[in-house]
Amino acid sequence: MSALFTEAFLTALILGAVTAGIPLMLAGLGEQISEKAGVLNIGIEGMMLIGAYTGFLVAYFTGSIWLGFFSGSLGGMAVASLMALFCVRLGLSQIVIGIALTLGAEGLTALLHHFQFSQSYPRLEAVESLAIPGLSALPVIGPALFDRPPIIYLAIAAVAVTAWVFRSTNLGLALQAAGDKPAALDAAGVDVIAVRTGAVLTTGLLAGLGGAFMAEVGAGIFVPFMTNGAGFIGIVLAMLARGRPLWVLLGALLFGACLSATTALQVAGVDIPTDVIQMLPFAAVLAILVVFGRRASLPPALGSHYVRGAR
Amino acid sequence: MTSELARKRMTASAPRPDLGPLARRAALALGPVLAALVLGGLVLLVLGVNPIAYYVFVVERGLLSPTGIQATLTRMAPLLLIAASLIVAFRAGIWNLGGDGQFLLGAVVVAAAAPLLIQHLPSWAVLVVCMALGALVGAVWSVLPALLKAYQGVNEIITTLMMTFLGVSFANVLVKLAFRDPGTTVPQTRTLEVADRLPRLFETTISSGLVIGIVAILAVHVMMTRTAFGLKLRIVGANTRAAVHAGLSVPRLTVAVFAISASLAGLAGAVEILGVQGNVRADWNPAYSLTVVPLVFLARFNGPATIAFVFLFSVLSIGGESAARRMGVPNFFTLVIVGILLILLGLAEYLDQRRRAGGP
Repeated sequence: MSALFTEAFLTALILGAVTAGIPLMLAGLGEQISEKAGVLNIGIEGMMLIGAYTGFLVAYFTGSIWLGFFSGSLGGMAVASLMALFCVRLGLSQIVIGIALTLGAEGLTALLHHFQFSQSYPRLEAVESLAIPGLSALPVIGPALFDRPPIIYLAIAAVAVTAWVFRSTNLGLALQAAGDKPAALDAAGVDVIAVRTGAVLTTGLLAGLGGAFMAEVGAGIFVPFMTNGAGFIGIVLAMLARGRPLWVLLGALLFGACLSATTALQVAGVDIPTDVIQMLPFAAVLAILVVFGRRASLPPALGSHYVRGAR
Repeated sequence: MTSELARKRMTASAPRPDLGPLARRAALALGPVLAALVLGGLVLLVLGVNPIAYYVFVVERGLLSPTGIQATLTRMAPLLLIAASLIVAFRAGIWNLGGDGQFLLGAVVVAAAAPLLIQHLPSWAVLVVCMALGALVGAVWSVLPALLKAYQGVNEIITTLMMTFLGVSFANVLVKLAFRDPGTTVPQTRTLEVADRLPRLFETTISSGLVIGIVAILAVHVMMTRTAFGLKLRIVGANTRAAVHAGLSVPRLTVAVFAISASLAGLAGAVEILGVQGNVRADWNPAYSLTVVPLVFLARFNGPATIAFVFLFSVLSIGGESAARRMGVPNFFTLVIVGILLILLGLAEYLDQRRRAGGP
């Protein structure tokens, strides 16, 4: 067991935790914004998948990872716009539409991938990293945290920005009101539908970026169904973080560590079947729900459509 | 909730000549199906596949050819049991989306147990014991979400989905490590001989699982619409607070719903193994559960109507599997249809309510 805590093992573990955790974090952050505004976004898995596919495709054909991230975000937003249209504008069931978008996106990306690449899985070039002078020279955390692709720094900055928006801006207040008491927001002269639409689109943007990150940075390839529940873990993160973006980041890194444990353990020479390792993150989610389930909190108006003037 | 009330009030104030209720229901159900097939056809067109040729092929292979129709009817068995499982849950307002995990683990345990039991028990007894076992395993896999929902108020959508992801991996662990057939090189469980499986109907290849499925869905339908217990569940589903005021024990009923729903999903897994597969290969996961969701919605949780839609879907899925081999359109296409169908269903419902409320 002493071989477990070598420098190589720790580096691999933290490196993997960040790589696997960033998409979860982006999904959780996006879900948190939707939920704050009162929309339960079950379709986030579908948004991530479409983001992963468009991101991969554009990066593959243009050779630019940034264009990939950009189109991945747009792809996620496109799915989110359907959610906004059907759930926020028309008031259809958020759960039914969410399931529909996830199933549709799974089918569509797998189908398109089949027609585009048949059974081959072309690989993208490795993403270049940006070393932060000084910090990147530190042992273990240097290569794991401070010598990474710049998109990682941006994603972490998004947490800080979201926290600031939630805490210190009128927009944050409007989001909160849209989820807690939409009628009050309406009475204050703010368009509830517009606030919720904006929130859902932002969710799509973040989820799409998360998906693109998975394909471009995490895997380097696109495989059908590759998100494999990441969107749903994002929903759990948002539920448990109770509106605090920083908690989403911490939770995501924790789950990322579970997901990346395989690679790290292989580095350490421990052989555990991958199926057992794949159970880890979901077992962790359930364990946390058992312990903290009562404390998970959701806004009062979550999931209900706002109709002006209706009591 | 509020929107519902608003619509009801609008309906009351502005009545409009209504289509016959039956015609309206038929239009509401068939409209989305046709529209989904058309939109799906457009997707095929974009991919460079002739949609008409595709659909004709699907109907030929899934409905008109003798082997196709028998495969279609056999496929209906697990789908009907899953539909029954979903109807109980959805009518009681519980989103049991963990059917795939419950199904798969029921299937794996049955596949492990049946070939061993057959050495000690007569064939019929093995079938009965294994079906009970599948149902039990399904129910066990829902205990955690049930308790969390009933006593902690944790959203069951998330917990049941998590249990499915967990269950799919766990099923693989069981197949590869615990129940693996030492006699083969491919990782799979021991195989139940064809002679010991569920009997086939008459002179066909149709598994008698079909009968089990139809009985289950009709029983569930009667239970939910004609019994006091079903009424209690529907009250919980319609309005939890009203149920509490009526003196119902909501947590206990919630646990009961999970138990019934999940054991039906587990039974579906058992029937699929005992009737069709005979064993479980590693990484086998047909993922039926989520695709059945739109079917029970289309049927508005009505048992007999569900049978019709499950039949339609079975044709599409058996024909689609043929088309995957012959026309190169992978089976993922049915997922696309299902997704589109769910959205159109919601849309049709919305348009219908608006029309009845007196237009915009």
